[in-house]
Amino acid sequence: MDAKKAEIKQEKVPADLDVMPNADEEETLTPEELAAQWEAEAPDPAGPIANLLSSLVVLALSVTGMVISLGLGLGTPAAPAAGMWPFIITLIAAVMSVVQIIVGRTGGKDGEKFSSMSWYAVIGFATLILMVVLMPLIGFEIPSLLLCFVWMRWLGGERWRSATIYSILIVGAFYAIFIAALGTTIPRLF
Amino acid sequence: MEFFGPVLDGFNVVLDPTNLLYCLLGVVVGMLIGVLPGLGPAATIAILLPMTYGVEPVTAIIMLAGIFYGAQYGGTITSVLLRLPGEASSVVTVFDGYVMAKQGRAGTALGIAAIGSFFGATISIIGLTFLAPLVASFALDFGPPEYTALAMLGILLVATISGGTKIKAIIAAAVGLFLATIGRDGFTGAERFTFGNLSLADGIDFVPIAMGLFGVGEILYNLEERHRAATAPMKVSNVWPKGKDIKEASGAIGRGSVLGFFLGILPGGGATIASLASYAMEKKTAKDPSRFGKGAIEGVAGPESANNAAATSSFIPLLTLGIPANATMAIIFGALLIQGITPGPQLISNDPQLFWGVVNSMYIGNILLLIMSIPLIGVFVRILRIRAAILAPITALITMLGAYTIRNSMFDVLLVVIFGAIGYLMKKFGFEPGPLVLAFVLGSLLESNLRRSLLVLEGDPTGFFTRPISATLLVLFVFVAVWPMIKSVIDKRRSGSLAALATQEKEKENA
Repeated sequence: MDAKKAEIKQEKVPADLDVMPNADEEETLTPEELAAQWEAEAPDPAGPIANLLSSLVVLALSVTGMVISLGLGLGTPAAPAAGMWPFIITLIAAVMSVVQIIVGRTGGKDGEKFSSMSWYAVIGFATLILMVVLMPLIGFEIPSLLLCFVWMRWLGGERWRSATIYSILIVGAFYAIFIAALGTTIPRLF
Repeated sequence: MEFFGPVLDGFNVVLDPTNLLYCLLGVVVGMLIGVLPGLGPAATIAILLPMTYGVEPVTAIIMLAGIFYGAQYGGTITSVLLRLPGEASSVVTVFDGYVMAKQGRAGTALGIAAIGSFFGATISIIGLTFLAPLVASFALDFGPPEYTALAMLGILLVATISGGTKIKAIIAAAVGLFLATIGRDGFTGAERFTFGNLSLADGIDFVPIAMGLFGVGEILYNLEERHRAATAPMKVSNVWPKGKDIKEASGAIGRGSVLGFFLGILPGGGATIASLASYAMEKKTAKDPSRFGKGAIEGVAGPESANNAAATSSFIPLLTLGIPANATMAIIFGALLIQGITPGPQLISNDPQLFWGVVNSMYIGNILLLIMSIPLIGVFVRILRIRAAILAPITALITMLGAYTIRNSMFDVLLVVIFGAIGYLMKKFGFEPGPLVLAFVLGSLLESNLRRSLLVLEGDPTGFFTRPISATLLVLFVFVAVWPMIKSVIDKRRSGSLAALATQEKEKENA
């Protein structure tokens, strides 16, 4: 049973839902067993290095903030200046990040490890940035088509043909709704 | 009788055709995203914020509210039919609901969940109708010090009760407060943290942050997370539960509704905690607790009533005090600010049409949900077959193009994408985005109230403690802040003394 479950987890999203394993074959698990199963399937926690790195980044940013706030002037409690409130907040953030470095040095259960699947998120982010860059130049249609296609074909595992067809349909629908129906002024080519 | 005047006026507002349409739209979209894995109500509300620009404030909030409590219904469907909770608050429903489905009682489970949800929400709305004006009138006497203490307590509660480490949540809240300071300082006119960038001079707009952190962040995260392959859903027949089932579940429904109502009011509480607490309560009060986990109808009825009741009552702190109780409420707070409305104690008296319009829309919305939830189940199960690979780019495009339509500005779209990356990274490193958004929306109000308080108290921070309400709130604040440390010390002492006891016993045995 466990091997089958592991198999299901590693399969790519299949093309046809009808070929799915039958639900009746799964045993009835008690809530505790079910919760344990979910926890086993959940991603690994981020770990101590990630904790240290993220806390250090926060520490660096908050100390920078504290310095800039001091530059803005703190004033007195009776007459607070522009820098007082940001100084208080960045101080709290700096102190908390130091605490987090200490408390989280052995790891902990929060966060998630980066895995090879994390590249999908990076690619997704890259396509979004590309869209921001290209949209003012050539309109939204072509970057959207590219985004849809990349997301469906490579990030989603769809076949060439269905990815192409769906991409065209989706961009067409967006054109119909945003441009034709709602009359918004999104940069466009056609 | 004067009390009921505005309440009845509220019904006039709701029954306006536009408002009714947006209510329907909201609850259907809400149910839909509750069913679909990947996006939650917070993300969806954030993504649809651009839609609220062109409509009246009442209409906008009616729709957003509908999405929120509609999503509670939708999450139940996947819990029962697929053993996959659609929402965090539907996790408990899986335990007994799915087993009921396997016993051929899927329809009964869904039907009882719908009835329980409706009942829970209705009880909650009635409670809201009576409690909200009381709270608001009490809070009208609040001055800047009281509001400062309340805002601080609210942020702290949300940070400490949310998942993940408390420390990281507090850091996230601090970052949110910091982001709120960027731009021109209202009191002195000084430019803070803008580095000469003109687009930042007026501060960062709320909508790109919300859309980025919750919308794009969630979308990027879902690209990485492979959702567990869905098994074929169970068949649904005879969707209306039998009279006997309703009778069995009625106690659970009643208890769950009341429990959910009170747990939802507390900032940081909410639908998830309510459903867990209700399940535990039902198990405790049942005559035969061993039935739970094997298809006990109370295990579905109680939590479902509780989570809808909590979702509804979590509006109370927002609409009466201006303090959002959770991340979704923070986004709705932001939506109200966009419309030029500042929620707070004066909302009921200044804008009763808005307040009662929204509250009464919840009655109508829940009736709509009850009527539609059962016939729409078949439709939703079919929609579940649309693969995530196709839905992902659709939601990404809606977000990107929607972000552009806010101010016809590419800068906003860029902000959304950047905050999306930040949201994704926050998730990976264990920081909650909820406290950040909450702190951000409250940030400028908190600061201005703090500075005003210092002016009023002539720079003497101990003045906070001379005023009874702010003193109480600040004491609570300190208590909530140090409680985790006290608790860990108590736990260590206890395990230490237990270890000492254990070694003593061992020595006795050996002797």
